[in-house]
Amino acid sequence: MSNTARANILARLKETASCSSPDKGRLGGVSYDWDTAERVRRFTERMVAVRAEVHHATPKTWLDVVQQVCVDKGLNNLLVSPETVLGKQIHAQADRFPTLKTYDQPIESWKQEMFYGIDAAFTGTHGGIAETGTLIVMPSVDEPRLMSLVPPVHLALLKVDKLYTTFAEAVQAQGWVQAGMPSNALLISGPSKSADIEQTLAYGVHGPKELVVILV
Amino acid sequence: MSSEFRNTVRANLAKPEVRANFYRAMDGLMTRRLDQFPDKVELERLRTQSMAIRANALSKLPELLETLEANLTRNGIQVHWAETAEQGNQIVQAILERHNAKSIIKGKSMVSEEMGMNHFLEALGIECLESDLGEFIIQLDGETPSHIIMPAIHKNRVQIAKLFHEKFPDIPYTEDVDELTQMARRILRDKFYAAPVGLSGVNFMVAETGTLCLVENEGNGRMSTTAPSVHIAVTGIEKVVESLSDVPPLLSILTRSATGQPITTYFNMISSPRKPGEKDGPEAVHLVLLDNGRSNIYSDPELLATLRCIRCGACINHCPVYVRIGGHSYGTVYPGPIGSILEPQKAGLDVHGELAQASTLCGACSEVCPVRIPIPSILNRLRYDGVRKDTANTNTVGSGKRRTLSEAATWKTWAWAATHPTIYHAGSTLATRFKGMLPTNLGAWTTVRSAPKLAESTLHQQAKHLGVDHE
Repeated sequence: MSNTARANILARLKETASCSSPDKGRLGGVSYDWDTAERVRRFTERMVAVRAEVHHATPKTWLDVVQQVCVDKGLNNLLVSPETVLGKQIHAQADRFPTLKTYDQPIESWKQEMFYGIDAAFTGTHGGIAETGTLIVMPSVDEPRLMSLVPPVHLALLKVDKLYTTFAEAVQAQGWVQAGMPSNALLISGPSKSADIEQTLAYGVHGPKELVVILV
Repeated sequence: MSSEFRNTVRANLAKPEVRANFYRAMDGLMTRRLDQFPDKVELERLRTQSMAIRANALSKLPELLETLEANLTRNGIQVHWAETAEQGNQIVQAILERHNAKSIIKGKSMVSEEMGMNHFLEALGIECLESDLGEFIIQLDGETPSHIIMPAIHKNRVQIAKLFHEKFPDIPYTEDVDELTQMARRILRDKFYAAPVGLSGVNFMVAETGTLCLVENEGNGRMSTTAPSVHIAVTGIEKVVESLSDVPPLLSILTRSATGQPITTYFNMISSPRKPGEKDGPEAVHLVLLDNGRSNIYSDPELLATLRCIRCGACINHCPVYVRIGGHSYGTVYPGPIGSILEPQKAGLDVHGELAQASTLCGACSEVCPVRIPIPSILNRLRYDGVRKDTANTNTVGSGKRRTLSEAATWKTWAWAATHPTIYHAGSTLATRFKGMLPTNLGAWTTVRSAPKLAESTLHQQAKHLGVDHE
């Protein structure tokens, strides 16, 4: 059935002569002349506007910030990779943090704990977008997809030198097409939310109820 | 004149609570969209660019679909083609049978609504659970979406609170939106945990990289496409774009036009199922490409613009007719201006042609359309196709089916009179002279308006009096 359908659909489409030639005007766009300070300001403003927390830190202080966030939120455990550069640093000082959990097996082996027993997850990011207040997250073998989705709190570290002005600039500068797209790439702009009931914003619908960004 | 559409409109106009819900929501949406575009020049530039992106994709549609299929297949995503809604449902059924699945959890998908998928699968004993909060609410109430972006926009919090209390009597009654939302979170989390198959729509398909893009706020779309071991995406064949660089401008104008957000919480780009070594994500990803009349729309250079639509709903939010009659009055999957041009083309002018009449042609829809679809022109074209005699000259389904002898005769007489100066002058002079005897009851028009009155003298007489030279 599918092959016949494919042939029929494509044949019908190909029967029609190309009705327009509008490559013109398709490419290009706005470019902003924002310096680092302006990008950080805009990013922070946008993130806070959608009820995300943004903490500014340095390479020396970011572990203290993570520790403080864990204390403030009363977290019992934290899911963090022991394989990434950042994760290794947290694991190296495990006694400062709540119980550290690792995503070291396929989800099927520990789905129940992931869905009902993990308080928070810490991940790195692939970059950020200042214009919209957005994190670029590309899940990997070490930091799988569900880490930024299932636990009620998501802590993410963003390096300021990876903070781009626009989405288009990030795609271009990081060479997404040339590098090949990962299984899943995400733009995340705040904690999960909905306005489906009477246009009233409610946070924490299905994904994380809280998003904490640590800018370094 | 009475029809199912008119009867439904009449019934819905008599529901003040529903009308108030729509008015409140639409006012807010219009203001929020406006706030997102403070720079009018930039807005127009972005509209032109977005139109060009969509028009470019359509101009190369068959080639881009082949490139898309090749790249998706290379990435490990299985591509299926369906000419009709029924074929699409059968493909989904076959995938579910292959995985021995008895239930699916759904992210939001208007194409699955178009396919009537829930009814189809439920008749086979397969549970289909909607996980978008708005869709979840209307599914509980046995309703269909009244808006393509905000499916439960016709309900207020008290109605939703009562509905939740009726369906989940063990949970205490509340009208608090946060508490209602958390109730839904708890109920649906168990479903995400257990569901074997997740289903979603698609906002953009990128031919260049073989990527499926989904726009959402709640995370239910991510849950449905990530937690179950199988992900099925269903979408129309027109949703393809040529390259990844086409996506940022479209995403930007889509979210700003739809809900007045600079961006949604999640923008999900899926390019492959779980790869060896990866610890989560679906083991299999399927894409069902649905035609369902789209290739026929594609064959007409004027109507083709319909397929540029990126489903933002801005035309709906700004339509004075929609805000008064509400989404359910249309009796179709897609309501409002976009529904009024899309549905008659898909189902036929004999089935939904009346929707093309349900417009004042005020043009608000085309003023806000991010991809500049000339909706009023297409409405006019469909009105003409509905009554045209030379039906061999158009591919529109149901052309000529709305033609009536009396209307045709009236216009033929008018055309004859208007092209015979002596008759026309005599007629207009007589009508002006005896204007007092003209009827004041003009059917439906005069039930809510006064009948138009003729002037004291004809236009020709006035022009002559003023000394206007006809040359």
